[in-house]
Amino acid sequence: MEMMSKYQSQYLKKVRRNRQIVTLTRIIILIAFVGLWEWAAKEEVIDSFIFSSPSKIVVCFIDMVKDKTIFGHIGVTLYETVVSFLLVTVIGILCAIILWIWPKASEICDPYLVVLNSLPKSALAPLLIVWLGANTTTIIVSGISVAIFGSILNLHTSFNGTSQDKIKLIYTLGGKRYHALTKVVLPASIPSIISNMKVNIGLCLVGVIIGEFIGARKGLGYLIIYSSQVFKLDWLLMSIVILCVIAMLLYNLIAAVEKWCLKRY
Amino acid sequence: MKQILQMHHVNYAYHNMDGETKALQDITFSIEEGEFVAIVGPSGCGKSTLLSMIAGLIKPEGGTIELSGSPLEESKKNIGYMLQKDQLFEWRTIYHNVILGLEIQHMLTAKTKARANELLDVYGLDKFKNAKPSELSGGMRQRAALIRTLVLEPDILLLDEPFSALDYQTRLTVGDDIGQIIKNEKKTALLVTHDLSEAISLADRVIVLTKRPATIRQTVPVKFDLEEDTAMHRRNAPEFKYYFNQIWKELTQDGDDVKVSEPVS
Repeated sequence: MEMMSKYQSQYLKKVRRNRQIVTLTRIIILIAFVGLWEWAAKEEVIDSFIFSSPSKIVVCFIDMVKDKTIFGHIGVTLYETVVSFLLVTVIGILCAIILWIWPKASEICDPYLVVLNSLPKSALAPLLIVWLGANTTTIIVSGISVAIFGSILNLHTSFNGTSQDKIKLIYTLGGKRYHALTKVVLPASIPSIISNMKVNIGLCLVGVIIGEFIGARKGLGYLIIYSSQVFKLDWLLMSIVILCVIAMLLYNLIAAVEKWCLKRY
Repeated sequence: MKQILQMHHVNYAYHNMDGETKALQDITFSIEEGEFVAIVGPSGCGKSTLLSMIAGLIKPEGGTIELSGSPLEESKKNIGYMLQKDQLFEWRTIYHNVILGLEIQHMLTAKTKARANELLDVYGLDKFKNAKPSELSGGMRQRAALIRTLVLEPDILLLDEPFSALDYQTRLTVGDDIGQIIKNEKKTALLVTHDLSEAISLADRVIVLTKRPATIRQTVPVKFDLEEDTAMHRRNAPEFKYYFNQIWKELTQDGDDVKVSEPVS
Protein backbone atom coordinates (compact mmCIF):
# COMPACT_ATOMS: atom_id res chain seq x y z
CA MET A 1 0.00 0.00 0.00
CA GLU A 2 1.13 3.50 -0.75
CA MET A 3 2.22 5.61 2.17
CA MET A 4 -0.34 8.22 3.06
CA SER A 5 0.88 11.75 3.59
CA LYS A 6 0.38 13.34 6.96
CA TYR A 7 -2.07 15.84 5.58
CA GLN A 8 -4.12 13.21 3.76
CA SER A 9 -4.55 11.20 6.95
CA GLN A 10 -5.41 14.37 8.83
CA TYR A 11 -8.02 15.14 6.23
CA LEU A 12 -9.53 11.65 6.41
CA LYS A 13 -9.65 11.89 10.20
CA LYS A 14 -11.51 15.17 9.97
CA VAL A 15 -14.09 13.76 7.56
CA ARG A 16 -14.62 10.66 9.68
CA ARG A 17 -14.93 12.70 12.87
CA ASN A 18 -17.52 14.95 11.28
CA ARG A 19 -19.58 11.94 10.21
CA GLN A 20 -19.41 10.46 13.71
CA ILE A 21 -20.62 13.69 15.28
CA VAL A 22 -23.59 13.90 12.91
CA THR A 23 -24.65 10.28 13.53
CA LEU A 24 -24.19 10.57 17.27
CA THR A 25 -26.22 13.78 17.49
CA ARG A 26 -29.04 12.21 15.50
CA ILE A 27 -29.20 9.27 17.89
CA ILE A 28 -29.08 11.55 20.94
CA ILE A 29 -32.00 13.62 19.61
CA LEU A 30 -34.09 10.48 19.10
CA ILE A 31 -33.27 9.07 22.54
CA ALA A 32 -33.89 12.43 24.23
CA PHE A 33 -37.25 12.83 22.50
CA VAL A 34 -38.46 9.32 23.30
CA GLY A 35 -37.05 9.51 26.86
CA LEU A 36 -38.65 12.87 27.57
CA TRP A 37 -41.97 11.65 26.21
CA GLU A 38 -41.82 8.49 28.36
CA TRP A 39 -40.78 10.41 31.46
CA ALA A 40 -43.47 13.07 31.02
CA ALA A 41 -46.15 10.42 30.58
CA LYS A 42 -44.98 8.49 33.64
CA GLU A 43 -44.75 11.61 35.83
CA GLU A 44 -48.16 12.70 34.54
CA VAL A 45 -46.82 15.97 33.16
CA ILE A 46 -48.81 15.10 30.07
CA ASP A 47 -52.00 13.06 29.94
CA SER A 48 -50.96 9.65 28.66
CA PHE A 49 -54.55 8.95 27.61
CA ILE A 50 -54.25 11.65 24.95
CA PHE A 51 -50.51 11.67 24.31
CA SER A 52 -49.87 7.96 24.89
CA SER A 53 -46.25 7.02 25.63
CA PRO A 54 -43.44 5.14 23.89
CA SER A 55 -43.84 2.10 26.13
CA LYS A 56 -47.61 1.97 25.55
CA ILE A 57 -47.01 2.16 21.80
CA VAL A 58 -44.52 -0.70 21.97
CA VAL A 59 -46.91 -2.83 24.08
CA CYS A 60 -49.72 -2.07 21.68
CA PHE A 61 -47.52 -3.02 18.70
CA ILE A 62 -46.48 -6.32 20.35
CA ASP A 63 -50.12 -7.16 21.08
CA MET A 64 -51.09 -6.54 17.47
CA VAL A 65 -48.13 -8.56 16.22
CA LYS A 66 -49.27 -11.42 18.50
CA ASP A 67 -52.83 -11.47 17.17
CA LYS A 68 -51.39 -10.77 13.68
CA THR A 69 -53.89 -7.96 12.90
CA ILE A 70 -51.13 -5.40 12.29
CA PHE A 71 -49.70 -7.33 9.32
CA GLY A 72 -52.98 -7.06 7.48
CA HIS A 73 -53.09 -3.28 7.91
CA ILE A 74 -49.44 -2.75 6.94
CA GLY A 75 -49.74 -5.17 4.03
CA VAL A 76 -52.81 -3.49 2.55
CA THR A 77 -51.32 0.00 2.79
CA LEU A 78 -48.01 -1.15 1.33
CA TYR A 79 -49.70 -3.02 -1.50
CA GLU A 80 -51.90 -0.07 -2.43
CA THR A 81 -48.96 2.35 -2.27
CA VAL A 82 -46.67 0.20 -4.39
CA VAL A 83 -49.36 -0.50 -7.03
CA SER A 84 -50.32 3.17 -7.33
CA PHE A 85 -46.64 4.16 -7.45
CA LEU A 86 -45.91 1.72 -10.27
CA LEU A 87 -48.97 2.89 -12.20
CA VAL A 88 -48.02 6.56 -11.72
CA THR A 89 -44.51 5.83 -13.00
CA VAL A 90 -45.74 4.00 -16.11
CA ILE A 91 -48.66 6.34 -16.91
CA GLY A 92 -46.55 9.42 -16.18
CA ILE A 93 -43.76 8.37 -18.54
CA LEU A 94 -46.23 7.32 -21.26
CA CYS A 95 -48.17 10.60 -21.10
CA ALA A 96 -44.97 12.66 -21.09
CA ILE A 97 -43.79 10.73 -24.18
CA ILE A 98 -47.10 11.39 -25.97
CA LEU A 99 -46.92 15.10 -25.12
CA TRP A 100 -43.32 15.22 -26.36
CA ILE A 101 -44.07 13.44 -29.63
CA TRP A 102 -47.10 15.62 -30.20
CA PRO A 103 -46.23 19.19 -29.09
CA LYS A 104 -49.62 20.49 -30.16
CA ALA A 105 -51.31 18.19 -27.63
CA SER A 106 -49.09 19.56 -24.89
CA GLU A 107 -49.88 23.14 -25.90
CA ILE A 108 -53.60 22.35 -25.79
CA CYS A 109 -53.54 20.33 -22.55
CA ASP A 110 -51.23 22.61 -20.60
CA PRO A 111 -53.85 24.72 -18.72
CA TYR A 112 -55.86 21.59 -17.83
CA LEU A 113 -52.80 19.85 -16.45
CA VAL A 114 -51.88 22.93 -14.43
CA VAL A 115 -55.38 23.12 -12.90
CA LEU A 116 -55.50 19.41 -12.12
CA ASN A 117 -52.02 19.58 -10.60
CA SER A 118 -52.87 22.50 -8.31
CA LEU A 119 -56.21 21.03 -7.23
CA PRO A 120 -56.10 19.59 -3.68
CA LYS A 121 -56.55 15.92 -4.47
CA SER A 122 -58.12 15.15 -1.08
CA ALA A 123 -61.17 16.93 -2.52
CA LEU A 124 -61.46 14.14 -5.08
CA ALA A 125 -61.45 11.26 -2.62
CA PRO A 126 -65.14 11.45 -1.62
CA LEU A 127 -66.08 11.62 -5.29
CA LEU A 128 -63.99 8.55 -6.06
CA ILE A 129 -65.76 6.62 -3.28
CA VAL A 130 -69.15 7.44 -4.78
CA TRP A 131 -68.07 6.62 -8.30
CA LEU A 132 -65.94 3.52 -7.73
CA GLY A 133 -67.22 2.22 -4.36
CA ALA A 134 -65.34 1.65 -1.13
CA ASN A 135 -62.72 -0.80 -2.31
CA THR A 136 -59.02 -1.23 -3.01
CA THR A 137 -59.33 0.13 -6.56
CA THR A 138 -60.64 3.44 -5.24
CA ILE A 139 -57.75 3.78 -2.84
CA ILE A 140 -55.20 2.99 -5.54
CA VAL A 141 -56.84 5.57 -7.81
CA SER A 142 -56.72 8.04 -4.94
CA GLY A 143 -52.98 7.36 -4.58
CA ILE A 144 -52.47 7.85 -8.31
CA SER A 145 -54.49 11.06 -8.41
CA VAL A 146 -52.19 12.80 -5.94
CA ALA A 147 -48.99 12.14 -7.89
CA ILE A 148 -49.90 11.75 -11.54
CA PHE A 149 -50.40 15.32 -12.79
CA GLY A 150 -47.29 16.74 -11.21
CA SER A 151 -45.39 13.76 -12.50
CA ILE A 152 -46.54 14.32 -16.09
CA LEU A 153 -45.73 18.04 -15.92
CA ASN A 154 -42.25 17.48 -14.47
CA LEU A 155 -41.33 14.71 -16.88
CA HIS A 156 -42.60 16.71 -19.83
CA THR A 157 -40.50 19.69 -18.77
CA SER A 158 -37.45 17.49 -18.45
CA PHE A 159 -38.08 15.84 -21.87
CA ASN A 160 -38.37 19.27 -23.45
CA GLY A 161 -35.18 20.35 -21.73
CA THR A 162 -33.12 17.83 -23.71
CA SER A 163 -30.31 19.56 -25.59
CA GLN A 164 -31.56 20.66 -29.01
CA ASP A 165 -28.08 20.13 -30.46
CA LYS A 166 -28.12 16.49 -29.43
CA ILE A 167 -31.49 16.07 -31.15
CA LYS A 168 -30.09 17.83 -34.21
CA LEU A 169 -27.24 15.33 -34.22
CA ILE A 170 -29.78 12.48 -34.49
CA TYR A 171 -31.38 14.17 -37.50
CA THR A 172 -27.98 14.73 -39.16
CA LEU A 173 -27.32 11.01 -38.74
CA GLY A 174 -30.51 10.31 -40.64
CA GLY A 175 -32.75 9.63 -37.62
CA LYS A 176 -36.41 10.42 -37.21
CA ARG A 177 -38.32 11.78 -34.20
CA TYR A 178 -38.65 8.22 -32.90
CA HIS A 179 -34.85 7.92 -32.78
CA ALA A 180 -34.54 11.28 -31.06
CA LEU A 181 -36.88 9.90 -28.38
CA THR A 182 -35.22 6.54 -27.83
CA LYS A 183 -31.59 7.51 -28.39
CA VAL A 184 -31.49 10.94 -26.72
CA VAL A 185 -34.58 12.12 -24.83
CA LEU A 186 -35.21 9.00 -22.73
CA PRO A 187 -31.59 8.17 -21.86
CA ALA A 188 -30.86 11.82 -21.07
CA SER A 189 -33.95 11.98 -18.82
CA ILE A 190 -33.17 8.96 -16.65
CA PRO A 191 -31.83 11.06 -13.74
CA SER A 192 -34.97 13.22 -13.73
CA ILE A 193 -37.23 10.16 -14.10
CA ILE A 194 -35.67 8.70 -10.96
CA SER A 195 -35.82 11.92 -8.94
CA ASN A 196 -39.46 12.14 -10.04
CA MET A 197 -40.00 8.61 -8.67
CA LYS A 198 -38.53 9.70 -5.33
CA VAL A 199 -41.18 12.40 -5.04
CA ASN A 200 -43.96 10.13 -6.29
CA ILE A 201 -43.50 7.35 -3.75
CA GLY A 202 -44.19 9.82 -0.92
CA LEU A 203 -47.15 11.39 -2.71
CA CYS A 204 -48.70 7.97 -3.43
CA LEU A 205 -48.51 7.14 0.26
CA VAL A 206 -50.33 10.40 1.02
CA GLY A 207 -53.04 9.57 -1.52
CA VAL A 208 -53.48 6.04 -0.22
CA ILE A 209 -53.87 7.24 3.39
CA ILE A 210 -56.44 9.85 2.29
CA GLY A 211 -58.34 7.10 0.46
CA GLU A 212 -58.20 4.80 3.49
CA PHE A 213 -59.48 7.58 5.77
CA ILE A 214 -62.82 7.59 4.06
CA GLY A 215 -63.34 4.34 2.27
CA ALA A 216 -61.54 1.38 3.79
CA ARG A 217 -61.95 -1.48 6.25
CA LYS A 218 -58.25 -2.18 6.44
CA GLY A 219 -54.96 -0.38 6.23
CA LEU A 220 -53.05 2.11 8.37
CA GLY A 221 -55.21 5.03 7.24
CA TYR A 222 -58.30 3.16 8.38
CA LEU A 223 -56.59 2.28 11.66
CA ILE A 224 -55.79 5.96 12.27
CA ILE A 225 -59.36 7.14 11.63
CA TYR A 226 -60.92 4.28 13.60
CA SER A 227 -58.64 4.73 16.61
CA SER A 228 -59.29 8.48 16.70
CA GLN A 229 -63.03 7.81 16.73
CA VAL A 230 -62.80 5.32 19.61
CA PHE A 231 -60.09 7.34 21.39
CA LYS A 232 -57.49 4.59 21.20
CA LEU A 233 -54.56 6.95 20.85
CA ASP A 234 -51.98 4.21 21.36
CA TRP A 235 -53.15 2.72 18.08
CA LEU A 236 -53.16 6.04 16.36
CA LEU A 237 -49.64 7.03 17.36
CA MET A 238 -48.36 3.54 16.64
CA SER A 239 -49.79 3.79 13.11
CA ILE A 240 -48.05 7.11 12.60
CA VAL A 241 -44.74 5.65 13.76
CA ILE A 242 -45.20 2.71 11.35
CA LEU A 243 -46.01 5.15 8.53
CA CYS A 244 -42.77 7.02 9.27
CA VAL A 245 -40.83 3.78 8.99
CA ILE A 246 -42.61 2.76 5.75
CA ALA A 247 -42.01 6.18 4.15
CA MET A 248 -38.34 6.04 5.06
CA LEU A 249 -37.89 2.50 3.75
CA LEU A 250 -39.63 3.19 0.43
CA TYR A 251 -37.61 6.36 -0.09
CA ASN A 252 -34.35 4.57 0.62
CA LEU A 253 -35.34 1.80 -1.77
CA ILE A 254 -35.67 4.30 -4.63
CA ALA A 255 -32.47 6.03 -3.54
CA ALA A 256 -30.71 2.65 -3.82
CA VAL A 257 -32.15 2.17 -7.32
CA GLU A 258 -30.91 5.67 -8.19
CA LYS A 259 -27.41 4.91 -6.97
CA TRP A 260 -27.32 1.73 -9.03
CA CYS A 261 -28.62 3.50 -12.14
CA LEU A 262 -26.26 6.48 -11.91
CA LYS A 263 -23.36 4.09 -11.63
CA ARG A 264 -24.35 2.60 -14.96
CA TYR A 265 -24.75 5.92 -16.70
CA MET B 1 -14.21 16.32 -62.31
CA LYS B 2 -17.68 15.34 -61.24
CA GLN B 3 -19.75 17.95 -59.46
CA ILE B 4 -21.15 16.57 -56.26
CA LEU B 5 -23.08 19.56 -54.86
CA GLN B 6 -24.78 22.33 -56.77
CA MET B 7 -26.68 25.24 -55.25
CA HIS B 8 -28.70 27.46 -57.57
CA HIS B 9 -30.04 30.84 -56.46
CA VAL B 10 -30.86 29.64 -52.97
CA ASN B 11 -32.68 32.04 -50.63
CA TYR B 12 -33.63 31.77 -46.99
CA ALA B 13 -35.26 34.00 -44.38
CA TYR B 14 -36.01 33.63 -40.66
CA HIS B 15 -39.58 34.30 -39.61
CA ASN B 16 -41.10 35.50 -36.38
CA MET B 17 -44.06 37.60 -35.28
CA ASP B 18 -42.16 40.85 -35.83
CA GLY B 19 -41.48 40.07 -39.46
CA GLU B 20 -38.91 38.29 -41.56
CA THR B 21 -35.15 38.58 -41.61
CA LYS B 22 -33.43 37.73 -44.87
CA ALA B 23 -30.50 35.46 -44.13
CA LEU B 24 -29.25 34.14 -47.45
CA GLN B 25 -29.78 35.67 -50.85
CA ASP B 26 -29.13 34.19 -54.26
CA ILE B 27 -26.46 31.72 -53.22
CA THR B 28 -25.02 29.85 -56.19
CA PHE B 29 -21.95 27.62 -56.07
CA SER B 30 -20.89 24.07 -56.64
CA ILE B 31 -18.39 21.63 -55.20
CA GLU B 32 -16.45 19.00 -57.08
CA GLU B 33 -15.71 15.53 -55.83
CA GLY B 34 -12.69 15.41 -53.53
CA GLU B 35 -12.64 19.16 -53.06
CA PHE B 36 -12.30 20.90 -49.70
CA VAL B 37 -14.26 24.16 -49.75
CA ALA B 38 -14.45 26.66 -46.90
CA ILE B 39 -17.11 29.30 -46.46
CA VAL B 40 -16.18 32.33 -44.37
CA GLY B 41 -18.34 35.23 -43.38
CA PRO B 42 -19.18 37.50 -40.46
CA SER B 43 -20.87 35.80 -37.48
CA GLY B 44 -24.59 35.48 -37.77
CA CYS B 45 -24.60 35.78 -41.55
CA GLY B 46 -26.38 32.47 -42.05
CA LYS B 47 -23.46 30.11 -42.61
CA SER B 48 -24.85 27.37 -40.40
CA THR B 49 -28.27 27.79 -42.00
CA LEU B 50 -26.64 27.04 -45.33
CA LEU B 51 -25.30 23.73 -44.01
CA SER B 52 -28.63 22.82 -42.43
CA MET B 53 -30.26 23.27 -45.83
CA ILE B 54 -27.70 21.06 -47.57
CA ALA B 55 -28.22 18.42 -44.86
CA GLY B 56 -31.95 18.57 -45.57
CA LEU B 57 -32.85 19.71 -42.05
CA ILE B 58 -34.53 22.88 -43.35
CA LYS B 59 -35.95 23.70 -46.76
CA PRO B 60 -34.68 26.62 -48.88
CA GLU B 61 -37.17 29.35 -49.77
CA GLY B 62 -36.60 29.39 -53.48
CA GLY B 63 -33.70 28.00 -55.45
CA THR B 64 -32.57 24.42 -55.79
CA ILE B 65 -29.99 22.20 -54.18
CA GLU B 66 -28.74 19.22 -56.15
CA LEU B 67 -26.53 16.36 -55.15
CA SER B 68 -24.75 14.69 -58.05
CA GLY B 69 -27.35 16.08 -60.43
CA SER B 70 -30.53 14.97 -58.65
CA PRO B 71 -32.64 17.13 -56.31
CA LEU B 72 -31.75 16.89 -52.62
CA GLU B 73 -34.96 15.09 -51.55
CA GLU B 74 -34.57 12.35 -54.15
CA SER B 75 -30.84 11.97 -53.83
CA LYS B 76 -29.52 8.71 -52.45
CA LYS B 77 -26.26 10.42 -51.51
CA ASN B 78 -25.17 10.26 -47.91
CA ILE B 79 -24.38 13.52 -46.15
CA GLY B 80 -22.14 13.66 -43.09
CA TYR B 81 -22.58 16.58 -40.73
CA MET B 82 -20.17 17.59 -38.00
CA LEU B 83 -21.56 19.99 -35.43
CA GLN B 84 -19.83 22.71 -33.41
CA LYS B 85 -19.61 20.56 -30.31
CA ASP B 86 -18.88 16.86 -30.44
CA GLN B 87 -22.25 15.93 -28.87
CA LEU B 88 -20.95 12.59 -27.69
CA PHE B 89 -23.45 10.92 -25.37
CA GLU B 90 -22.13 10.43 -21.88
CA TRP B 91 -24.31 7.35 -21.35
CA ARG B 92 -22.60 5.53 -24.21
CA THR B 93 -19.02 4.34 -24.54
CA ILE B 94 -16.88 5.80 -27.34
CA TYR B 95 -17.49 2.71 -29.45
CA HIS B 96 -21.25 2.92 -28.98
CA ASN B 97 -21.16 6.64 -29.75
CA VAL B 98 -19.32 5.93 -32.97
CA ILE B 99 -21.87 3.34 -34.15
CA LEU B 100 -24.88 5.55 -33.26
CA GLY B 101 -25.48 6.51 -36.91
CA LEU B 102 -25.19 2.90 -38.04
CA GLU B 103 -27.73 1.92 -35.38
CA ILE B 104 -30.19 4.56 -36.53
CA GLN B 105 -29.86 3.69 -40.20
CA HIS B 106 -30.06 -0.07 -39.49
CA MET B 107 -26.64 -0.59 -41.03
CA LEU B 108 -25.03 -2.50 -38.16
CA THR B 109 -23.35 -5.44 -39.86
CA ALA B 110 -20.12 -7.29 -39.23
CA LYS B 111 -18.58 -5.25 -42.04
CA THR B 112 -19.58 -1.81 -40.76
CA LYS B 113 -18.60 -2.77 -37.20
CA ALA B 114 -15.19 -3.84 -38.46
CA ARG B 115 -14.90 -0.51 -40.29
CA ALA B 116 -15.74 1.40 -37.10
CA ASN B 117 -13.11 -0.56 -35.19
CA GLU B 118 -10.59 0.01 -37.96
CA LEU B 119 -11.14 3.78 -37.95
CA LEU B 120 -10.84 3.87 -34.15
CA ASP B 121 -7.57 1.93 -34.38
CA VAL B 122 -6.11 3.99 -37.20
CA TYR B 123 -6.89 7.30 -35.54
CA GLY B 124 -5.53 6.36 -32.14
CA LEU B 125 -8.70 5.73 -30.17
CA ASP B 126 -8.28 1.93 -29.87
CA LYS B 127 -7.53 2.16 -26.15
CA PHE B 128 -10.59 4.30 -25.52
CA LYS B 129 -13.28 2.18 -27.19
CA ASN B 130 -14.86 1.33 -23.85
CA ALA B 131 -14.17 4.68 -22.23
CA LYS B 132 -16.83 7.29 -21.48
CA PRO B 133 -16.57 10.54 -23.49
CA SER B 134 -15.67 12.51 -20.33
CA GLU B 135 -12.44 10.50 -20.03
CA LEU B 136 -11.18 11.87 -23.39
CA SER B 137 -9.47 15.15 -24.23
CA GLY B 138 -11.24 17.71 -26.40
CA GLY B 139 -9.21 16.72 -29.44
CA MET B 140 -9.90 13.01 -29.05
CA ARG B 141 -13.61 13.70 -28.58
CA GLN B 142 -13.70 15.67 -31.83
CA ARG B 143 -11.93 12.79 -33.56
CA ALA B 144 -14.49 10.32 -32.21
CA ALA B 145 -17.23 12.63 -33.52
CA LEU B 146 -15.60 12.64 -36.96
CA ILE B 147 -15.37 8.84 -36.98
CA ARG B 148 -19.07 8.67 -36.05
CA THR B 149 -19.72 10.61 -39.27
CA LEU B 150 -17.16 8.72 -41.40
CA VAL B 151 -18.50 5.21 -40.66
CA LEU B 152 -21.65 6.17 -42.56
CA GLU B 153 -19.45 6.59 -45.66
CA PRO B 154 -20.69 10.09 -46.49
CA ASP B 155 -20.28 11.38 -50.04
CA ILE B 156 -19.87 14.89 -48.70
CA LEU B 157 -18.88 16.11 -45.24
CA LEU B 158 -20.37 19.28 -43.80
CA LEU B 159 -18.28 20.85 -41.03
CA ASP B 160 -20.06 23.50 -38.99
CA GLU B 161 -17.22 25.30 -37.16
CA PRO B 162 -16.22 21.98 -35.65
CA PHE B 163 -13.23 23.43 -33.80
CA SER B 164 -14.75 26.59 -32.35
CA ALA B 165 -15.58 24.97 -29.00
CA LEU B 166 -11.91 24.09 -28.40
CA ASP B 167 -9.24 26.28 -26.85
CA TYR B 168 -6.80 27.95 -29.25
CA GLN B 169 -3.92 25.50 -28.94
CA THR B 170 -6.13 22.43 -29.26
CA ARG B 171 -7.95 24.07 -32.15
CA LEU B 172 -4.75 24.27 -34.19
CA THR B 173 -3.73 20.67 -33.60
CA VAL B 174 -7.23 19.26 -33.98
CA GLY B 175 -7.79 21.33 -37.12
CA ASP B 176 -4.63 19.87 -38.66
CA ASP B 177 -5.54 16.43 -37.43
CA ILE B 178 -9.10 16.42 -38.76
CA GLY B 179 -7.96 18.01 -42.05
CA GLN B 180 -5.42 15.22 -42.45
CA ILE B 181 -8.02 12.52 -41.73
CA ILE B 182 -10.40 13.98 -44.30
CA LYS B 183 -7.60 14.06 -46.89
CA ASN B 184 -6.60 10.48 -46.05
CA GLU B 185 -10.16 9.27 -46.49
CA LYS B 186 -10.45 11.29 -49.73
CA LYS B 187 -13.67 12.97 -48.66
CA THR B 188 -15.36 15.96 -50.20
CA ALA B 189 -15.82 18.57 -47.49
CA LEU B 190 -17.56 21.88 -46.95
CA LEU B 191 -16.29 23.79 -43.92
CA VAL B 192 -18.06 26.77 -42.45
CA THR B 193 -15.98 29.02 -40.20
CA HIS B 194 -15.25 32.58 -39.21
CA ASP B 195 -11.61 31.77 -38.58
CA LEU B 196 -9.74 32.90 -41.71
CA SER B 197 -6.51 31.04 -40.96
CA GLU B 198 -8.46 27.84 -40.40
CA ALA B 199 -10.14 28.24 -43.79
CA ILE B 200 -6.88 29.01 -45.62
CA SER B 201 -4.92 26.22 -43.96
CA LEU B 202 -7.49 23.56 -44.85
CA ALA B 203 -9.38 24.50 -48.02
CA ASP B 204 -8.78 24.31 -51.77
CA ARG B 205 -11.18 27.18 -52.28
CA VAL B 206 -12.61 29.83 -49.97
CA ILE B 207 -16.04 31.34 -50.54
CA VAL B 208 -16.46 34.73 -48.89
CA LEU B 209 -19.94 35.77 -47.80
CA THR B 210 -21.15 39.28 -47.05
CA LYS B 211 -22.99 40.13 -43.88
CA ARG B 212 -26.75 39.56 -43.64
CA PRO B 213 -28.51 39.10 -46.02
CA ALA B 214 -25.56 37.02 -47.11
CA THR B 215 -24.56 36.86 -50.74
CA ILE B 216 -21.38 35.46 -52.23
CA ARG B 217 -18.85 38.29 -52.46
CA GLN B 218 -15.92 36.41 -53.88
CA THR B 219 -14.51 32.94 -54.41
CA VAL B 220 -10.78 32.67 -53.74
CA PRO B 221 -8.94 29.59 -54.99
CA VAL B 222 -6.22 28.63 -52.53
CA LYS B 223 -3.15 26.90 -53.87
CA PHE B 224 0.05 26.16 -52.05
CA ASP B 225 3.23 25.00 -53.68
CA LEU B 226 4.18 22.48 -51.02
CA GLU B 227 5.58 18.97 -51.13
CA GLU B 228 3.61 17.96 -48.12
CA ASP B 229 0.41 19.95 -48.23
CA THR B 230 -0.71 19.91 -44.58
CA ALA B 231 -2.38 22.63 -42.58
CA MET B 232 0.74 23.08 -40.43
CA HIS B 233 3.00 23.56 -43.45
CA ARG B 234 0.55 25.90 -45.08
CA ARG B 235 0.55 28.18 -42.08
CA ASN B 236 4.32 28.56 -42.37
CA ALA B 237 4.34 29.08 -46.15
CA PRO B 238 4.86 32.59 -47.57
CA GLU B 239 1.61 32.44 -49.60
CA PHE B 240 -0.40 32.17 -46.41
CA LYS B 241 -0.11 35.84 -45.55
CA TYR B 242 -1.06 36.83 -49.07
CA TYR B 243 -4.27 34.78 -49.01
CA PHE B 244 -5.06 36.02 -45.54
CA ASN B 245 -4.81 39.66 -46.59
CA GLN B 246 -6.79 39.08 -49.76
CA ILE B 247 -9.69 37.37 -47.98
CA TRP B 248 -9.54 39.82 -45.09
CA LYS B 249 -9.94 42.69 -47.56
CA GLU B 250 -12.94 41.01 -49.16
CA LEU B 251 -14.56 40.48 -45.79
CA THR B 252 -14.05 44.01 -44.54
CA GLN B 253 -15.29 45.69 -47.70
CA ASP B 254 -18.65 46.01 -46.03
CA GLY B 255 -17.16 49.05 -44.41
CA ASP B 256 -18.13 48.78 -40.78
CA ASP B 257 -16.85 46.62 -37.99
CA VAL B 258 -17.22 43.05 -39.13
CA LYS B 259 -16.15 40.50 -36.62
CA VAL B 260 -14.30 37.60 -38.13
CA SER B 261 -11.42 35.86 -36.45
CA GLU B 262 -13.10 36.01 -33.07
CA PRO B 263 -14.68 32.67 -32.25
CA VAL B 264 -18.27 33.32 -31.30
CA SER B 265 -20.38 30.28 -30.85
